[in-house]
Amino acid sequence: MKTICFYFELHQIRQLKRYRFFDIGSDHYYYDDYANESMTTELAEKSYVPALQAMLEMIKESNGAFKVAFSVSGVGLEMLELYAPQVIELLHEINRTGCCEFLCEPYSHGLSSLASKEVFMEEVMRQNRKIKELFGKKPKVLRNSGLIYSDEIGEMASQMGFKGMLSEGAKHILAWKSPHFVYNCALASNLKLLLRDYKLSDDISLRFSNPEWSEYPLFAETYIDWIAQFPEEEQVINIFMNLAAIGMAQPLESHILDFLKALPACAAAKGITFSTPSEVIDNHKSVGPLEVPYPLSWMDEERDASSWLGNTLQREAFNKLYSVAERIMITDDKKLKQDFDYLQAAENLRFMTTKQNGIITERCIYESPYDAFTNYMNILGDFLARVRAQYPDMDNEELGALQQMIDNQEVEIVQLEAEVEQLKAKLAAKAKKSAKKEEAAAEAEAEEKPKRKCGRKPKAE
Amino acid sequence: MKVLMFGWEFPPHISGGLGTASYGLTKGFVQQGDVEIKFCIPKPYGDEDNSFLRIVAMNSVPIVWKDVNHDYVNSRIGKVMTPEEYYRYREHIYSDFSYMHTNDLGCMEFAGGYPDNLHDEINNYSIIAGVVARTEEFDIIHSHDWLTYPAGIHAKQVSGKKLVIHVHATDFDRSRGNVNPTVYAIEKNGMDNADHIFCVSELTRQTVIHKYHQHPDKVSTLHNAVTPLSQDILDIEPKKIPGEKVVTFLGRITMQKGPEYFVEAAAQVLKKTKNIRFCMAGSGDMMNDMIRLVAQRGISDRFHFPGFMRGRQVYECLKASDVYIMPSVSEPFGISPLEAMQCDVPTIISKQSGCAEILDKCIKTDYWDINAMADAIYSICNNDSLYEYLKVEGRKEVDSITWEDVALRLRRMYEKVLGW
Repeated sequence: MKTICFYFELHQIRQLKRYRFFDIGSDHYYYDDYANESMTTELAEKSYVPALQAMLEMIKESNGAFKVAFSVSGVGLEMLELYAPQVIELLHEINRTGCCEFLCEPYSHGLSSLASKEVFMEEVMRQNRKIKELFGKKPKVLRNSGLIYSDEIGEMASQMGFKGMLSEGAKHILAWKSPHFVYNCALASNLKLLLRDYKLSDDISLRFSNPEWSEYPLFAETYIDWIAQFPEEEQVINIFMNLAAIGMAQPLESHILDFLKALPACAAAKGITFSTPSEVIDNHKSVGPLEVPYPLSWMDEERDASSWLGNTLQREAFNKLYSVAERIMITDDKKLKQDFDYLQAAENLRFMTTKQNGIITERCIYESPYDAFTNYMNILGDFLARVRAQYPDMDNEELGALQQMIDNQEVEIVQLEAEVEQLKAKLAAKAKKSAKKEEAAAEAEAEEKPKRKCGRKPKAE
Repeated sequence: MKVLMFGWEFPPHISGGLGTASYGLTKGFVQQGDVEIKFCIPKPYGDEDNSFLRIVAMNSVPIVWKDVNHDYVNSRIGKVMTPEEYYRYREHIYSDFSYMHTNDLGCMEFAGGYPDNLHDEINNYSIIAGVVARTEEFDIIHSHDWLTYPAGIHAKQVSGKKLVIHVHATDFDRSRGNVNPTVYAIEKNGMDNADHIFCVSELTRQTVIHKYHQHPDKVSTLHNAVTPLSQDILDIEPKKIPGEKVVTFLGRITMQKGPEYFVEAAAQVLKKTKNIRFCMAGSGDMMNDMIRLVAQRGISDRFHFPGFMRGRQVYECLKASDVYIMPSVSEPFGISPLEAMQCDVPTIISKQSGCAEILDKCIKTDYWDINAMADAIYSICNNDSLYEYLKVEGRKEVDSITWEDVALRLRRMYEKVLGW
């Protein structure tokens, strides 16, 4: 029996403000509050709220046959809490139906998985706790920012206790293989992989309202028919996209919600079910390991990390940011940690892309990749100076050495304490001995004392 | 295809971008093979590169019949014109111009460049154009810039051939709106009489359409390009000051070029850093004002005025720079940023420059946005990756902008105008 696994990403970065180099050192607030509020509320009103309401309706009308998975980045959650709490309310309501699963992802929606294992694991676990607190269940499935995946990342995920990860069904990795099976990580066989069917996903998220598309207008029947026509053994159809595709990229006037709402009934008619990623993982065996030596993602035609790290500008910004990762990990400064989260968000690097793929790159307030780079580097200049001020005149090796020293010191302290105890014991024993001696001496002295006294008196006189 | 071109300057004796563009365009055009260009200029010096076209010295074309012998002609004008040519032109004197001030050969002298009696020279030039047009054989007439429009119109009337004019600048660019009525009249008349109008950028094209009321169909954009640098210029060793960065402005110090915005941006940058020097090369009517402004901002120790540069000096100056900036208020095209990019210098240009339409690997800001400009300067000087990226990619981009490609477009447009 075929099953469709729907997953939607909810994410909104904290937009950076126009920050000139002469602000470095004097202005430590990097965000455009107005843009953040207006963009988040617009996103909520135009996309998240109607889309989530539609899904809630779908779950209720299908008596729980429709299932869906979400992941909300930590930074995105903060934004929603601040500017659009009604979205979180809706998520709770969907959560209560039991037909939805929340996945985990790096808190910042950044690229730490490509930079620092410590940062990556820390922020994934932090997000895990946050999701548990908010929705009551600890996520068991991980999706990385931009669906970035490689063997190493899979291994890290497995170490953190995840049983599955989402990734892209990229042609250059799969070749003749189909994304409609469950695979497992080449370095950790207990981590299962769900791969996105980019054709079916993009049919909805990219092409749905495009009148020049040969399949326009797309109806739910047709869509489900395509899925039903896959060979019998291809059972898992993974449809992953950004939730903003519904309502933003594909406007509501295109009747995309009606299309979605018609899916459960059409699927039921063809005997196709819906599953959450965890259910897919539990119910399907892996058909084999998938080797992914280099990171792949769901971005652009190349499906790799090039839209974030493709040019030298992006790489410099990326390297500079993570050059202080060690310091951030050991600092207690909450403000610094928070800024680090916001600055990590992958979009900040994406704005600097110089790739020309015919699609106009959304650059927010920036006019060009150079503009985006300059603004980001100015902010980074201030941020790095603040971090350095906490740990002046120290390179990372030294810092590592220092961390080592602190760890060693602890061991040493324990050793020394033991030694002190020993010595104390010795001392006590000695003291006892000497006390005895003293006693004896005192006794002797006591005997002698009167004599001395006698001896002294004549002097005093 | 035979083309009669009217121009005002030709390398090596140039004072602006017009001569450079005329040279590049004609050189790119003759690469096509079946092309013959006669290029008229008022006062050639004899050292012009005429290996690929024929230069017609307008100051050696007679308009009054004088009985002079072969040797005498050769000794007088042999450098720029053969006596046979002189005699051929003499056959086509079309009217009695003996009331005009002519020399012993019946020719009119030109001061060259842009003298005070420019309007007289323009008029004389067009009288001589009548003789040339009657003598030469050609398929189309091409006039470069307003100085030669009257000559083009005259040649068109005499020969009945089609006239295209090439707008390298308009008076709106030079005067920032306060146009000189005489110049405007000449420009407008040229455009009205032209069969087609080439503009060096879309920016200029819009000016021509809206300020000179030309039909959009008649006006097309033909962006400039650059000639590859010669080996001895490529071999110039960049002289860099260790630990210091140099930001260079190179051009006429006039209102059109926006020098004051550069000074203000420099003042912003120097508030934050001390290892950057600024250089404003060139001369112009705003130079003294700029020196005063620099002093007022208290940055004279870091802001330098090396004066007017020519030839090799220009490239030495560019190669010693880490950033090139052109904050022009209104620039029809602006070839100099392309030259800077050829010298591996990251470039900042104003969005109000025509060349911004074809350049991508450079930073563009509004000319008035001194904060953005200062930010861009600071960023290039402080982030090696940006410097390297713009240097390498900029060079690649500018190397792909060739006059051969421009000339191919020119050819197609000629053929369209001629209905071939």
